[in-house]
Amino acid sequence: MEWETVIGLEIHAQLSTKSKLFSGSSTEYGQEPNTQANVVDLAMPGVLPVLNAEAVRMAAMFGLAIGAPIGRGNVFARKNYFYPDLPQGYQISQFDKPIVELGHIDITLENGESKRIGVTRAHLEQDAGKSLHKDFAGMTGIDLNRSGTPLLEIVSEPDMRSAKEAVAYMKKIHELVQYLGINDGNLQEGSFRCDANVSVRPKGQKEFGTRTELKNINSFRFVERAINLEVERQIDLLEEGGEVIQETRLYDPDKNQTRSMRSKEEANDYRYFPDPDLLPVEITDEFLDEVRASLPELPQVKFKRFMQEYGLSDYDAGVLTANRAVADYFEAVAKDSGEAKLSANWVIGELSSHLNNHDLLITDSPVSSEMLTGLIKRIADKTISGKIAKEVFQALWEGEGSTADDIIESKGLKQITDSGAIEAMIDEIIANNQAQVEQYRSGKDKVFGFFVGQVMKASQGKANPAQVNQILKQKLAPESE
Amino acid sequence: MSLSPEEVKKIAYLARLSIEEEHVEQYSEDLSSIFGLVEQMNAAATDDIEPMAHPQNAMQRLRDDVVTETNQRDKLMANAPLKEDGLFLVPKVLD
Repeated sequence: MEWETVIGLEIHAQLSTKSKLFSGSSTEYGQEPNTQANVVDLAMPGVLPVLNAEAVRMAAMFGLAIGAPIGRGNVFARKNYFYPDLPQGYQISQFDKPIVELGHIDITLENGESKRIGVTRAHLEQDAGKSLHKDFAGMTGIDLNRSGTPLLEIVSEPDMRSAKEAVAYMKKIHELVQYLGINDGNLQEGSFRCDANVSVRPKGQKEFGTRTELKNINSFRFVERAINLEVERQIDLLEEGGEVIQETRLYDPDKNQTRSMRSKEEANDYRYFPDPDLLPVEITDEFLDEVRASLPELPQVKFKRFMQEYGLSDYDAGVLTANRAVADYFEAVAKDSGEAKLSANWVIGELSSHLNNHDLLITDSPVSSEMLTGLIKRIADKTISGKIAKEVFQALWEGEGSTADDIIESKGLKQITDSGAIEAMIDEIIANNQAQVEQYRSGKDKVFGFFVGQVMKASQGKANPAQVNQILKQKLAPESE
Repeated sequence: MSLSPEEVKKIAYLARLSIEEEHVEQYSEDLSSIFGLVEQMNAAATDDIEPMAHPQNAMQRLRDDVVTETNQRDKLMANAPLKEDGLFLVPKVLD
């Protein structure tokens, strides 16, 4: 039987506020345990939550960016469950009146086509603390620093039909929240987390199959793997005449398998009700106008503009707009150097590979956009060749100089374009390598590369490559004998 | 409408309340009588009235995004029965 996969994602994006959703505690990551949890975050008796205005603004930004209506009187509700890292005994979340209503985002499929994915809703909620299951004499340690940190839970429609589509959607949302500056995009630190609802059904069937929820899939690679594994498991089960049980499953990346997490049915009885400690959140037209005016250029728009304005291919434009800091860096270099294509090649090539190798973000690059601009200008005006430029780049990266010009000067890397000087070098090389000259003239074209190499060696890479090729061709031609 | 003894037990479990078997019947009656009151309210004509999320007809006040709290860990953990390395210790929980 042919099966169809149906996937919906729930993404938890931690909002980049300084303080928590309902208290004035810091949200900074990686601090000593329980040093950033106050009486509200610890749910001491008698405390009351006071809502963070910035979290509301960030959620509204997201809503506007996905073309969604913003809930004019959105309401907080209590989601009740017991867990030691949730001191309130309930999570303050939103239920039937979320801040962001139905919107959408477009993803690009492998064949280049665009597909629209519905975003059912996005709502504000508090994060829980952390349980540490290390060995504390058979006990569990609780750190409540994360307790009360603002999250935007972004729920998609079950619109995705493969693990690849799910990853493409997750990446789009990841890119968008960073563009908006409402999330730092850090999957390792858990500021961007993803759960997937997965089911299968016979192709052509209208009703959805029974779904399972996959948790703990916090990298793009794991999302794809975990979904594919789960799809396989469900199909095997159904084809053997079994049935899928609605449950939560945990992905184990080490064993590359999913396993059942909770079996107790009542675990999912959250008994939501409006939180009596909080009033509805008012969203006015003036507020929305302000938020709309503060929206940055969105990735899709920037992508199209880069292709038009800088004549980039869709591949280059895609890579350069996937991250706002990268886009800004590229645009600064392209504008100041006037060499868009060269700038794109250097940002995507040399710069990105250095950043990857050193595990650095572009914002921490030792080679600033001004430094790269200076380098590109010297390639464009032929002061240096592309090959020497890599050497200059390396020197800039290692802090051997603050501008490309300094390094070209101090290392004597200026390109040799004096054809007389190049000719002299070539004459000497031809004189010393008669055997290779014979080979070349008898039709072994490959030997040409040997001569280019020799000239480059003699000039320490500084001879202008185009001139070297041209002069070598003349000198090696049989008629020049 | 009334609550069955099974429903009472389920609610107690969800609230992590331990109740004696002999009291289930009494709880069932007490809780059911609350439903009686709700049903009485249901009888009121509310067709043209917009539902409210809160009895006060007011909107939420917001606070600026400013960190106002300092580290009070020692005081806040003073009466925790068990702690280690700055963590609260609780009976082992496993998913």
